[in-house]
Amino acid sequence: MTDILSIAPRSSIAPGKPLLEVRHLVTEFPLRTGVFRAVNDLSFSIEPGKTLCVVGESGSGKSVTARSILQIIDSPGQIASGSILLHRPDGTSLDLAKLDPRSRAIRSVRGRDIAMIFQEPMSSLSPVHTVGDQITEVLRLHLNMSKAQARTEAISLLRQVEIPNPEQALDRYAFQYSGGMRQRAMIAMALACKPQLLIADEPTTALDVTTQAEILDLIKRLQQSTGMAVLFITHDMGVVAQIADDVLVMHHGVAKEYGPVEQIFHAPQDPYTRMLIGSVLKLEQKAEIRLARPPLDTSAEPILDIRNLSMHFGDMKALNDVSIALLPGETLGIVGESGSGKTTMGRSIMRLYDPTGGEMIYRRADGKVVDLAKLEGAELKAARRELRMVFQDPFGSLNPRMTVAQVIGEPLLVNGIARGRELDERVCHLMDQVGLDPAGRERYPHAFSGGQRQRIGIARAITLNPRIIVADEATSALDVSVRFQVLDLLMRLQDELGLAYIFISHDIGVIRYMCDRVGVMYRGKLVEMGEADKVCNAPDHPYTQALISAIPRPDPRDRDRSRRFRYTEPSPYTEAGNVKNGSTAR
Amino acid sequence: MLKFVVKRLLWMIPSLFAVSFLAFVLIQLPPGDFVTTYIATLASSNEVIDQNTAAQLRERFGLDQPMIVQYLKWIWGIISRGDFGISFEWQQPVSGLIWERMALTLVLALVSLIATWALALPIGVYSAVKKYSIGDYTFTAFTFFGLSIPSFLLALVLMYVAAVEFGADVGGLFSPEYEAASWSLAKMYDLLTHLWLPVAILAISSTASLIRVMRANMLDELPKPYVTTARAKGLSEFRLLIKYPLRIALNPFISTIAWLLPNLISGSVVVAIVLNLPTAAPLLLQSLMAQDMYLAGAFVLLICALTLIGSLISDILLALVDPRIRLE
Repeated sequence: MTDILSIAPRSSIAPGKPLLEVRHLVTEFPLRTGVFRAVNDLSFSIEPGKTLCVVGESGSGKSVTARSILQIIDSPGQIASGSILLHRPDGTSLDLAKLDPRSRAIRSVRGRDIAMIFQEPMSSLSPVHTVGDQITEVLRLHLNMSKAQARTEAISLLRQVEIPNPEQALDRYAFQYSGGMRQRAMIAMALACKPQLLIADEPTTALDVTTQAEILDLIKRLQQSTGMAVLFITHDMGVVAQIADDVLVMHHGVAKEYGPVEQIFHAPQDPYTRMLIGSVLKLEQKAEIRLARPPLDTSAEPILDIRNLSMHFGDMKALNDVSIALLPGETLGIVGESGSGKTTMGRSIMRLYDPTGGEMIYRRADGKVVDLAKLEGAELKAARRELRMVFQDPFGSLNPRMTVAQVIGEPLLVNGIARGRELDERVCHLMDQVGLDPAGRERYPHAFSGGQRQRIGIARAITLNPRIIVADEATSALDVSVRFQVLDLLMRLQDELGLAYIFISHDIGVIRYMCDRVGVMYRGKLVEMGEADKVCNAPDHPYTQALISAIPRPDPRDRDRSRRFRYTEPSPYTEAGNVKNGSTAR
Repeated sequence: MLKFVVKRLLWMIPSLFAVSFLAFVLIQLPPGDFVTTYIATLASSNEVIDQNTAAQLRERFGLDQPMIVQYLKWIWGIISRGDFGISFEWQQPVSGLIWERMALTLVLALVSLIATWALALPIGVYSAVKKYSIGDYTFTAFTFFGLSIPSFLLALVLMYVAAVEFGADVGGLFSPEYEAASWSLAKMYDLLTHLWLPVAILAISSTASLIRVMRANMLDELPKPYVTTARAKGLSEFRLLIKYPLRIALNPFISTIAWLLPNLISGSVVVAIVLNLPTAAPLLLQSLMAQDMYLAGAFVLLICALTLIGSLISDILLALVDPRIRLE
């Protein structure tokens, strides 16, 4: 691996002639009630061979900016004013903003001068065409290659992005690729015509951290060998710190700050940038609430003791002989990549799945002990009142046709605990508890933001005074500034209600912030278990070490990639389902 | 793939037996049989038949035997000799009666199907791509008219207009002078002049619903990220539309083949009767009313067989067209 370019702060943004100059760009979406300005008076430039990161939270207009450059904004959006100057190597310049979105001129820029890759590599590739078909298409379109030439070129492209057996891989379909492979194929497709600028719109967000690290390395290496510029859109400050030369921070369609990466991270000028960096750094350490707590009583009898739990789906061992114990009042983290079995574990504990083997000994409040794995009927119902779940997707997990009061009050109603005025009072109290205004209880979920919806989900989970809450990726869909607020809320409720959490996440930062102890899962097995500090900072197992090494650190001065490595299982055991990872939960 | 097809074909055998038996039972369920209906018909023209003659008739038709025996005789005839029995009412072999009408049924159904698809697919795509444009609203208005007007009413109105305003010969598929004539170029031309009216009537309502389906399918596919990817590659709008979203939006149409085939026979009964078309549907209705059980049974069996074959064909086509089905 080649070294990363020097990270010394550069004197100014544009000493040479930039490749792309965006000046006073305004992109608008006409709505029934007026005009929404998704991008408002934005100016920036990109030099050849450099990486500009556009960073911002959801709704900041960063994706629309990228799409404006190629004029592929979703209808009814359009560029209202401003210019996008592309300076070609032959000395000519072209204002992309003036071109008609359907004109031949802009089409000849797309894919040839400027190429783009997208967030969700599965849905960004056609499900019914082979990968080869989609790559050769762009070669034949722009470079007028013959079928045979295009095929040879596509094979060499796939080899370049390190896809094994490119000759066979070319004739496969996107769904036969794993997530990382799909993104590699997308990159191969984007690089087919050797563009001068690659626009990458959250290309690694849907991938695991180890895969993300590999894709980032790949983009960097290709950038160095071809000299192309990269416009990288992301919400992840860690990624920004690792790859950016310059950074543009966006919020609500306007640029908050624009400058070299060193300045953004170590001398941010704008309060919003400072807040963003602050939220990221906050997740680099233990939560303040937890620091103030007395140490956990480790001698207590565990509230939930999982012994040799197994869950097989056919031949797939989603959970393979897992043993783990949850202490009263503890936050137990479960960390792992997609397909590691962490979601299966959460669902097995809730008995949404019937485990194929093992025990889950649950100690009830009265001291009685039951095996959750074998409970049936009324006893299972009773246990489910004490074990609740918070889900990942704050949009999908709330019924859009129920008001917030109905969502939160439903557990009380179906269990026959409260109705009428009493129900209403309890719902108001619950909303107060999770920091929502009870006045909004008659509104529907669509009226709330992602963070607020997750609070609704939490209120629903604590309705029945549970003792254990299983939170499955409860904060991964949230923006970083909202994320720690929800985590703080969970910890506050823990103190108030004496809850024990099983906190499933792929995000080490969240685990470090929140958890007492952590279990690391890999392909259905629990490979490491220990204190959160120990596992996050000095893990024993090589897999955990590899996982930790792949996490992008939010500090541009700490860009040493040499310590990163990929974990390969030592045993001769081969995984048949390697091509496609087994997780559908993400 | 081959294994799948063979397996499906083998499964069709027991299903056909089960369905044929059910059909046979269902036809016999109403009180009385063909002879009672026959007597009632004669009684209405003041002819009285005594008990003995009725019993003789029953014996001749084999109606005095238990139902299971009748069924076994019938099904054995089909398997061993391809003999579907004799129609009581027409006093002709059932197979001859059906095949005679199938040719024209097929012509009519295929022509109206082609007309439907040729109109509906482009209009549906246009409506989706130009969502909320004047063109889209115009077609939407048309589709709602097409959907809400019952086809027999349309048939009556069009017949009236064609006959009174243009003096065209409506009803049936042939002019009287060609009815019994053997096939010739002149008869073909005569058929074409009669065919447009039923085709138009049948096509209008199905075009209307198909436009809506196509529009909805396309609207589902158009915002998908792979369309944006194709656009970002520099493909022209038309090429990318044809290659990507249209290709996937067509999948649901392939599944419609399953009920297209049985519709050949039982579909558009009302229109066929109103227009006096010599197709299979009116014959089916008549046989059911007369309790002409071998004719009706053969029809039901044919419909079932066509349903099974249709769904097999559509499954195979789906697997061929969509690699997700073929490979997962």
